[in-house]
This record gives sequence, structure tokens and C-alpha cells, in this order.
Amino acid sequence: MRKTQSILPGFGPALGYTLTYISLVLLIPLAMVFLKTLTMSWETFWRTVTDPRVLASYRLSFLASFLGASINGIFGLLLAWVLVRYRFPGQRIIDALLDLPFAMPTAVAGIALTTLYSTNGWFGRYLENIGIKVAYTPLGVVVALTFIGLPFVVRTIQPVLQDLDKEYEEAAASLGASRWQTFSRVIFPALVPSWLTGFALAFARALGEYGSVVFISGNMPMRTEITPLLIRTKLEQFDYTGATAIALVMMIISFILLLIINLLQNWNRRRMASH
Amino acid sequence: MKRKIGLLFALILVLTLGLVSVSAADRPITLLNVSYDPTRELYQDYNAAFVKYWKAKTGQTVTIQQSHGGSGSQARAVIDGLEADVVTLALAYDIDAIVEKAKLIPAQWQKRLPDNSAPYTSTIVFLVRKGNPKNIKDWDDLVKPGITVITPNPKTSGGARWNYLAAWGYALKKNGNNQQKAQEFVTKLFKNVPVLDSGARGSTNTFVQRGIGDVLLAWENEAFLALNELGKDKFEIIVPSISILAEPPVTIVDKVVDKRGTRKLAEEYLKYLYSREGQEIVARNYYRPRLKSVAEKYETQFPKVKLFTIDEVFGGWQKAQTIHFNDGGIFDKIYQAK
Amino acid sequence: MKRFRGIRKGQNEGSIITEPIWLQRMLIGVAVGFVIVFLIAPLLIVFGQALAKGWDAYWEAIREPDTFKAIQLTLLTAAISVPLNLIFGVVAAWLIAKFDFWGKNFLLTLIDLPFAISPIISGLIFVLLFGLQGLLGPWLSQYNIKIVFAVPGIILATIFVTFPFVARELIPVMQSLGNEEEEAAIVLGANGWQMFFKVTLPNIKWGLLYGVILCNARAMGEFGAVSVVSGHIRGQTNTIPLQVEILYNEYNFTAAFAVASLLALLALITLIVKHVVEWKSGRHHSNSVQINRFKEGISHEY
Repeated sequence: MRKTQSILPGFGPALGYTLTYISLVLLIPLAMVFLKTLTMSWETFWRTVTDPRVLASYRLSFLASFLGASINGIFGLLLAWVLVRYRFPGQRIIDALLDLPFAMPTAVAGIALTTLYSTNGWFGRYLENIGIKVAYTPLGVVVALTFIGLPFVVRTIQPVLQDLDKEYEEAAASLGASRWQTFSRVIFPALVPSWLTGFALAFARALGEYGSVVFISGNMPMRTEITPLLIRTKLEQFDYTGATAIALVMMIISFILLLIINLLQNWNRRRMASH
Repeated sequence: MKRKIGLLFALILVLTLGLVSVSAADRPITLLNVSYDPTRELYQDYNAAFVKYWKAKTGQTVTIQQSHGGSGSQARAVIDGLEADVVTLALAYDIDAIVEKAKLIPAQWQKRLPDNSAPYTSTIVFLVRKGNPKNIKDWDDLVKPGITVITPNPKTSGGARWNYLAAWGYALKKNGNNQQKAQEFVTKLFKNVPVLDSGARGSTNTFVQRGIGDVLLAWENEAFLALNELGKDKFEIIVPSISILAEPPVTIVDKVVDKRGTRKLAEEYLKYLYSREGQEIVARNYYRPRLKSVAEKYETQFPKVKLFTIDEVFGGWQKAQTIHFNDGGIFDKIYQAK
Repeated sequence: MKRFRGIRKGQNEGSIITEPIWLQRMLIGVAVGFVIVFLIAPLLIVFGQALAKGWDAYWEAIREPDTFKAIQLTLLTAAISVPLNLIFGVVAAWLIAKFDFWGKNFLLTLIDLPFAISPIISGLIFVLLFGLQGLLGPWLSQYNIKIVFAVPGIILATIFVTFPFVARELIPVMQSLGNEEEEAAIVLGANGWQMFFKVTLPNIKWGLLYGVILCNARAMGEFGAVSVVSGHIRGQTNTIPLQVEILYNEYNFTAAFAVASLLALLALITLIVKHVVEWKSGRHHSNSVQINRFKEGISHEY
């Protein structure tokens, strides 16, 4: 199994422990999704997961999650940079608040965001004037998903940026590189693995999110229904297999997407290492 | 450093476990009532009264535990092993599901207690903004262009299913039982719905807090509660000419009470709901009482409205659920046609 | 540590490796603007609602016995799930960052997976496993062991939902550090534990700290999955987020947001913890100079 020999200890025990823990906590429970779905006939399965309403929900869920993760990708990088490299008043408070979207129960986040963006809210009232509706539209879904995924990119980049040696930047600068060149050629490549990790995690988390979205999306069939909501409606009809079928499809698609991101990252790391 | 962290965690663990186990020690006899969302206030009052009654009658101290949530998810929890001694849900369909999926209750449960095992009833009314600026009087006003109606999503909320069926029943009566016309009416109604919250209280908040919509379709008790809690000066209740009789059913869960030895207590707990005192509490919490004497006493509180039942118009919950709300049913078609 | 300190000290000063002041200000401005819109505004709403009826009402809401029970349960859940996931996180990160083996990316993606699973499903899988109609349910019920709709189920669901955090936080940190330092330690005769505590741990401690903070925040804040397995029994199986929902549904907005703000205060507590750790590591600075010198002699990947 092991490809290259390393003198570092602990491969065997670490592998054993990791696999055992993953099996107990993740694989056995997740196997239930497969088992439950297996009780369906193929046709029912296919009909369930390709129902037009379900298809519309995949589109919204994946697109809004991607947009949310992208916004976090850009601003998360910026935030991590600003927090690690600069000093400004209120910095520590902002740093502390960044974890908030995790600590806040998702329903509370949803309610607070809806309060802000609905027609009579602080933001909603001005946005409405310029013709932008956020609450109860797909845009609202993006806002909610941006909020709940916000800590990921910042928090994955931050430790790497903190530990990044400045010597390379100094070397690059003394060799005549401009600041932008130093950033794009020296700093950013070093951050790419964690940046991609953060993006992937924010994206993944957004795909599954339910609590905050149902408040702000309006849940209109075909328009603002996310996939997790459809899973919930299946359960409401006591249709456990229908729910697990949709969940299974979501799981497989997200697994493939995450795998691609991880492979990309691995490939990038090797490329960097060989330079 | 690692060891210190470990020690710290162990300490926290021991402390919290200690706290929890202390509170778990010597518990009196308990009864778990698994209910749906809008009955919180009702059972809070009722449980206190029942505990007193039971103490006076038998000398036993009982503790009633309450669980609230969406009617459907509560039924699911019972099916999957939440040990409810009694269930008090929003619709018979949800209790039927417990019968069918988990066989914890005999099939004839609804015949065991008077009045279809529903000790209290409610109906669907309109909550509008103070002064009724859009002049909404009856169901017909809801389908007019420019009116926005707030109701939760019938796919996820039991209360919303009552709303939908009330509108459908009205249209049937008006159009001489023409199902096609009824579907057109309900389709038009849902065209006026801008937001479908996942639960009844979510809708109330959309209407009240966000200021969205001209009219909120709500349980009568919810409308009263919203009025009292959120402002009598801001809203008023409009009662339509005809509405549906909502009968939230109650039953003991046989398998659980037999296992826990609480059958007697559970049966008494439900029976007491039908007593004069129980009915008074019901009425005070804006549910319509069954007992004539109590109903008369609270007559002024509940406006007269012609009510039809789900059995006479839709042939029972099972049928209504399959035709209207299950996947591929009429509700889905209303939206997919758009 | 030295490197880290150096960065902090060197900030905002004109040097060849910082940006011009106007650019710094602009970047800070944009970042702060983003935080205000997406974080501070929702937070203000929460605290605004929580304090709408004054401090007394706020205090009253938090002191309510059911709320107190919910806080207890939430602390218990976090106290069990966070350490378990911490150990797993360190071991898994070590495995993935330091070794090359077949199926590594597959394993890594598996670790990510709980993030992508809808919380409802994360709860449902435990119901399907331990519920009365589930695989093990009937057997468990024979022995009267309650897992779902009781505290163990809540803890299991929380572990499931939060288990990627520490591992995911550490992997990029460990990867960017490379293997050389640990290898040097081994060559110099350190055993595995010595290497880990003397070399690896000091290097990854920021990542570890962030991982634990995030894991803990999420463990305390998780709603969806816990909601499915909790049974919502008042004063018994409600965690803080579930208690918030109950209060909100009772039109008790002040209390709901007050309890929710407790979870926001958690962020402030973690800030203090982080400060203390930073301060301590600063104090031990002189001891680690030697290690740093040793480190600086080693070339890095980049």
C-alpha cells in the first residue's frame, strides 16, 4: 500500500487507527444510506432522482454553493492576508468573530439574514430601491451559503500564512521581483493547497446546508428549493427510501467533486515540489 | 502540554457527567407526550393541571415530559423509537403512519376515545393587517390579483395541508363539487403566495416580523396566539364563510405504555382532556372545546363558521394525502405547470 | 515562533516585502467591509433582538432551568466529541501529510464527506442504524439501550458532523511544512513521541488550535443532525440550538436570541483562549530560539 519508504514512524498505527475510526464513525452509518436505497427498484430510484423538481433543486444547490464558495474563496484569501500581515484597529475582534457562522445555530443565522435582507430590513430596503431582491430569491440562498461557509477559507489559509517564511519573499524582492510578482509567484502558490482545501470545504458544507437556507429562500418549488429541503419533504411523507435516494445522489456527486479538487491539489503540490 | 490538555478535558468530562447523572438520579414516574408545534402553550397549562389532579387522586407525583416539533417529524421519531407514552399530533395521517410503519398502536385507535379521538378542534382562519386594508372577507378575495397570501409549504407542514384543503373544500362547495374548478381555484391561490416557509410558525413570522403578505392562513389558535403575543393593535382575525374542521387526534402508544407500565396513567392523562377542567384549559388556549357546557361558556371567543370535515369532503386523510400532497400529487402539479 | 513574531513586528512598515500603504488600506477596507456586511450585521441583529427587552429579560432567559439543562447537554456533547475528533484529526493528518500511499486522495475525500452531507441525513443515518425500525434497533431495544432520541445519539451525530475539522485544518499545514524536520529529529536519534512533541506539535500548533476552535464551535452550534436524533424532550434532550428553536417557536424572540447569543459569546471566549496561548508561546520564546535556529538551517520545499 505504501508507495515510498519514509523513515518517519507511525505509518502502520496511524493507518490502522484512521481506518478504524472512519469505519466506525463514517462508513458504517453511511452504509445505511446505501442499504436503504437498495430496497428500491432501479426504475423508482431513477424516477425519484430525476424528477423535474429534484433536478431543479440540484441546479440551485450546486450553483448557489459554487457561488457562495467562490465569494468565500476571494474574500477569505483577502481576510486571511489582512489578518496575518497587517495591523489595524479591531483586528482581533474580527479575527475572533470569524468562527461565528459555525457557532451560530443555522436557524438563527437564517433568521438574522432574512431580517437583514427582507423588504423592511437594513439592507433589503436599500437593495430593493435599486431593484435587487435578495430574500426569497436564489440570491438569498447564495447569501446564506456564503455566510455559513465563511470561516473555512480564512481558517485554512491563516495557519499556513502565519508559518510561511518571509525569507523567500525577501529573496524574491531582492532579486528584483515586484510585490505583485512575489505574491503571485512565491506566496500564492504556497497558499494554493490550503486555499483549495478551504474552497472545497466551503462548497461541500454549502451543498448540505439546510437550516439557514429555508428561512431566506422562500422554498418556492422549481425556483428556490434546495435539495436538502426535498429530502425533508420526502421524509414528511414517510418515504425514507426516497430521501436516502436523493441523499445518495448528492453524496456521490459531492464525493466526485471533492475527489477532483483533492487530486488537483495533490497534483499541484507535486508540481511545486519538483520545482 | 498535551498531558495538561488531556487532563483538562478529562476534568470537564467528569464534571459534566457528574452534573448530568445527579440530575438523572431518583426520578419520579414520568410520562412523555410527543406533540406538534402549536400545542406548546396548551400542554404547558394542561400538564400542570393534570399533575395536580393526579396527585390529589392517587397521591402519586408524576412528571410530564413534553416534546414538540413538526407533526410529521414527531411521528417519525416515535416510529423510530422515541418512547412516547401518548402522542397528540396535528393529523390522523401521522398517527396512521405510526400504526402502519411501527405497529405500536392498533389500527382502530381512532375509535377508542370519543369524537374521533380529538378532544379539541380548530379551524383555518385569516390573519390580516389592522383595519383590513385589502378588504379581505372570504376565500374568493384570496385569489384576486395583487393580493399576497402567506401559508407554509404543504409538503413540509401539517398546518399548511389544512390550509390547502380548506381552500379546496370551499371551492368544491362553491362550484357544485367540480374538482377541476377547485384545482383552478387553489392554483390561483398559490400563485399569490410569494414565500412557502417550512413550518407554520415560520409563516407567522414572515407575515408578522417581515411584514410580507396581506393575509396569513393560520390555525385559529395560532392566529389568536399571534394576536396576543405580537400585537392586537397590528392585526385582526377574519373568519371565512366556510372552513375546515381540524381535528388534532390523541392516543396512547400501546407498545410503549405496556413496556413502561404506564398504561393506566396514560389513559387517564388523555381522558382528563375531555373533562370539564381539561376542556376549560383547551378553550383558554384557543382550541375549540368539544364539551357543550364549556363551548357555550366560550361562545363569544369563537366566531360561528360553517365547518366541513376531511372525511366528508376528501374521504379521510389517507386519500387526501395521496391525491394532493404525495410526490406527483396535485400540489406538485400546481407548481410544475407554472 | 520566531518567524511568526517577526511578521507581526515587521508589519505596516515600509520595507521591500510589504505593500504600499494605500494598497494596505484598501485591502483592509474591503476585508472589513465584507466582514461588516456578512458577519457583524447578522450579529448585531442577534444581539439587538436579545437585548430588546433589556438586560434583565436577557438574564432571565438564560437562567431558565430548561435553558440551563440545554447548556449542560451542549457542554457534555462538545466535551466528548471534540477530544475524540482531535485525536483522530492529528493521527489522520500525520498519515495523509507525511506518507504517500495508495488511495490517499480517496481517504482524504472520505474525510471531507461529512461536510457535504445534509444535516438531516447525518441525523437520519443514525436513526436508520439504531432506530426501532433500524438495523440494530430491535436488538438494542431488547436490552433497553437507548441511543437515538437520547444523549448517546446526540453525541454520535455531533461526532459525525464535526469529525473532519481538525484533520482538515492540519493537513495543509503539515504538508506545507514538509518532512525534513521530523526526519532530522529521527536521524538525530529521537523516538516517535519525542519527535512528535518536540518538533511536530510546536509547528502545527496554530493549525491545531484553529481546528479545535472550529470543531468546538460547530459541535456546539450543530442543529440539523442533532434535531433529527434528539427527540426534543424538554429539559432532557435539547441542546442550545434546539432550545433556541423552541423559544423562537414560542414567539419568545428575546429569549431565543439571548440563548443564541450565548453561542456567539463562545467566539469571544475562544478569542481569550487564543490570546493566552499566543502570550504563553511568546513567553517561552527564548527556549525555542535554539530549535528555530536548527529549523532555519533546513531547507524547505519552496
